[in-house]
Amino acid sequence: MTTVATDVAPPDARKAGRYVYGAAVFLLCAWVLVPLYFLLINTLSSPESVNTFPKAFIPEFDLGSLLFFASFAGMLDALKNSILVALLTMVLSIVVGAPAGYALSRFEFRGKELFRMLILLTRAFPLPLLALPLAVMFIRTGLDDTVIGLAMVHTTLAVPFAVLITFSLFSGIPLELEEAAWTLGCTRLTAFTKVVLPLILPGITASAIFAFVISWNEVFAAAVLTIENRTLTAFLLTNLETSPLHLKFAGGFILVVPALIFIFAVRKYLFAMWGIANR
Amino acid sequence: MSARYLPYILILPVTLFLCIFFLYPFVLVAQQAFSTGNGFTLDNFRNVTGHWKFPISLKNTLLLAAAVVPVQVVLALLMATMVSRMKKGRDMVLYIWTIPLGISDLAAGIIWLAIFEQSGFLNSMLSGLGVIDKPANLLTYQNPWIVFVAIALAEIWRATAIMLVILVAGIGLIPREYYEAAEVFGASPWKRFMRITLPLLRPSLSTALVIRVILAFEVFAVVQAIGGTLFPVLMSETFNYQFELLNGGAAAAIALIILAISIGFTVMILRLLRVPKGATI
Repeated sequence: MTTVATDVAPPDARKAGRYVYGAAVFLLCAWVLVPLYFLLINTLSSPESVNTFPKAFIPEFDLGSLLFFASFAGMLDALKNSILVALLTMVLSIVVGAPAGYALSRFEFRGKELFRMLILLTRAFPLPLLALPLAVMFIRTGLDDTVIGLAMVHTTLAVPFAVLITFSLFSGIPLELEEAAWTLGCTRLTAFTKVVLPLILPGITASAIFAFVISWNEVFAAAVLTIENRTLTAFLLTNLETSPLHLKFAGGFILVVPALIFIFAVRKYLFAMWGIANR
Repeated sequence: MSARYLPYILILPVTLFLCIFFLYPFVLVAQQAFSTGNGFTLDNFRNVTGHWKFPISLKNTLLLAAAVVPVQVVLALLMATMVSRMKKGRDMVLYIWTIPLGISDLAAGIIWLAIFEQSGFLNSMLSGLGVIDKPANLLTYQNPWIVFVAIALAEIWRATAIMLVILVAGIGLIPREYYEAAEVFGASPWKRFMRITLPLLRPSLSTALVIRVILAFEVFAVVQAIGGTLFPVLMSETFNYQFELLNGGAAAAIALIILAISIGFTVMILRLLRVPKGATI
């Protein structure tokens, strides 16, 4: 698939090497895709055939499992909660994170290094564990078992990424552009909204989507901090022992689909994000 | 608004946020772990480490990390170098390889459950090939190794992508000239990899390793989905103490132990892969 035919005929050893290379790329793609295909087969099969043996290797396009998933008590609420928490996390992490990214890229100020350390530090800790003490704090403040409370914890997971990504985005826009706008009568604010913002909007969207995915996928904190208002991951996790196979597979499928779309949407930015976040 | 204060105003929201939801909880979790209601005590730790399940879950967590992380480093390095030489179809291949990045650990566990469960695809394939006549129940306590392998495979499948992304970004930062010079002097691809890519990739490699190792000690949902209670790990013990036994102090104690292990390994990795000062690209 990636063995490129060139007009100069390479020697045999080179050719063999290319075939091995192409085969390896193909195999590694299959390694990622085949398990996903298996999940798809299970999701698009009736509950009966999910539990029969042996399995067919082509989906039968029966919506039984998905309908069962939709009709399972509490499932649609959990789905709704998941979406709400993820949307809130997305908004919060950009609103809170982007200004800091702008500050890091535009200003030299005392404490800048300390601040960067704090941001980087968050990645060296298993953050979901913090949900444990927060559970107590939330009960005291009335935030327990609420969408907003969980969204705040998820924002803690997502905000360091938002800061680093927006920092790299703002750094990519020359200060001269802003300065030119100032000389033409813009204030700092209008220069920002009229010149900088339109330029980085796609990148901001990408980092917002990334925040959405972080929240959507998070399991531990969600399971610790919610009881009645479970998110989809928390609901599936706490019902793992009792739920039938077709419910698990349909649930897994619903979890995977938005992630697939979103990673596709932000694929251009993934590497830029990490390239900067490294240093 | 004076420009002198502007940066501080801009970083204030994040700083406040991280103080409330990152630094403060650390104080709380330590407080919870070191007290049982009346003053400082190590009872929670004694309680937790004295339980028969603790050594098993500690062993399982470490063993899983030891099995999974090296495979992922090699795999991610291999994939990253393959991608860096690719001309056609690079974007497509990269997208496919980074798909697991967006997939939650719970979903990954469920996906591999579909393969390893009794009426799953592994059994179906084996019976199709005539290796077995009837489906065997693979994920039981009689087959601890199969449970382990299933969990390890799911972890490798899910979390190699994060290392891949970091390494691809890192390779992109290595100047082309080094490779061209090496080629002029006749260095083989293997030599170029060993002498240029690996040493210059050190910062990215250490970031990737730190993130990956911390994720490995946090392993939870994959294990729950595939092994259930068959394969206790530290994180599932934390969860059990919090919910089944309603012992917040003990849960906090294990959380601190996980934290300590994570920090220990982070420091070790950063030490081992330290880039000498002034030796940046």
